[in-house]
Amino acid sequence: MEKVLLDILGAIVTFLVAFVVGMTYGGLNRKITARVQNRKGPPWYQNFIDAYKLSSKKSAIHHGVMHHLGPAFLMVTSVMTLLIVPVLSHNNWFPNLNFQGDLIFLLYIMTFGPLGMALGAGQTGNPNSAIGVTRGLSMMVGFEIPWVLALVALMIQYHTTSITGLMEVQAHSGTWLMFSSPFAFIAAVMALFGMFRYSPFDIVGAPTELASGPIAESGGKYLFVMMSSGSVFTFAKLTLYVDLFLGGADNLFILIIKTFALYLIPLLYSLVSPRYRTEQAIRWFWGWPSFFGLLAILQAIIF
Amino acid sequence: MVNDKNSQKIVDFIQNWARKHSIWVLAYGTGCGAIEIPPTMTSRYDAERLGVRGAATPRQADVLLITGYLTVKTLKRVIRVYEQMQDPKYVIGFGSCTINGGMYYDSYNTIKVLDKYLPVDIYINGCMPRPEAVLSGFARLQKRIAEGRANGAQQYKDNLEWYRANQKKIIPNWIMPEYNW
Repeated sequence: MEKVLLDILGAIVTFLVAFVVGMTYGGLNRKITARVQNRKGPPWYQNFIDAYKLSSKKSAIHHGVMHHLGPAFLMVTSVMTLLIVPVLSHNNWFPNLNFQGDLIFLLYIMTFGPLGMALGAGQTGNPNSAIGVTRGLSMMVGFEIPWVLALVALMIQYHTTSITGLMEVQAHSGTWLMFSSPFAFIAAVMALFGMFRYSPFDIVGAPTELASGPIAESGGKYLFVMMSSGSVFTFAKLTLYVDLFLGGADNLFILIIKTFALYLIPLLYSLVSPRYRTEQAIRWFWGWPSFFGLLAILQAIIF
Repeated sequence: MVNDKNSQKIVDFIQNWARKHSIWVLAYGTGCGAIEIPPTMTSRYDAERLGVRGAATPRQADVLLITGYLTVKTLKRVIRVYEQMQDPKYVIGFGSCTINGGMYYDSYNTIKVLDKYLPVDIYINGCMPRPEAVLSGFARLQKRIAEGRANGAQQYKDNLEWYRANQKKIIPNWIMPEYNW
């Protein structure tokens, strides 16, 4: 009984840490973008102010039940991903709810949120939302392929389907998977571009083109839930990458350094890239990233 | 406790502070004033450091920016956009044309006084107002929000019949959905 209570408490702490770190990364994103564009930029805590303002806005929209549930689907996905991914390798605070086969479960659950969001956006009846959803699902078809190839390569190479198993492999051999299976790492990082949906892959949101796409009809509290779930998901994704390829982290400080270094890759690439069209984005993901994914599988089978 | 007057005051203070520092603008590019928005937002004047940023749709926006003259045809769309926005919401009238018609004072096809049709919180004078003037207008709006005096939306709800009568006088074929906020 006590263990369950501790796990619940730990889950709340994990959620809060993920929320704060993800929101701060979002703020730093805006700050770095501004500095690159030779502007002063908003303060790093601007996203917290925005979130509080959004949560304090009144909402008087009713499009139907699925529209209310869409942000909840996103939030559920983010929290489930967060709780399955081990935050630190050795600790008592963050609960570790993972099990044998959780990598396969993650592959499924990470697409669950966008699908729920798509249903919610479809019910608003806004044509921009419909186009955004179509683009989002098309792009998911694009980046899921290198991502699945990379993960399958890891599963074949190390004979395990659990994240902790892969972390133990790294702890035993002393080298990060980033170096021992480099092709899988390259494919996974390229898939990360699609997951973050930053430029040049911001075809889903596309503020000037689609009026922010699927979230066009959502303001105030809806947007607040989406924003916080996005922040939590950012943290969960980056932590998953650190666990899989960068050997995990022993304390929060190292975790933050590693995740931020990873976060800089899509962020800095986005600053120098205009937007792709949908078919260009899919072609990009089915090109070099998928090629590296196939190389990773070959490496896993042959060596 | 929750409905206590003093605790409500504290909540209002924090909320107004957040609203003041996070202004999402729907720049409705009606007239020539829309050209002054890009320099205000980009590197030279950088409105984002004050928390001002663009919003893509009326649902997400806090401020409706009427940039310049408003034709009769556009007025209908502007009213629809304004009524789709969620509370608390503010309107900024931008340029002389929204105040008294400006250089279009004798035009048959533009409205002269915006305040008759939408509750304007802040006017920015000039033809065109430069980005400095725009930023100063935003600063005035922030001050009003912090003081809790930017309540144009409440005024609109209270005097809805008067506003509707004015709007229907201008727009002959009134086919609009009813919003209940």
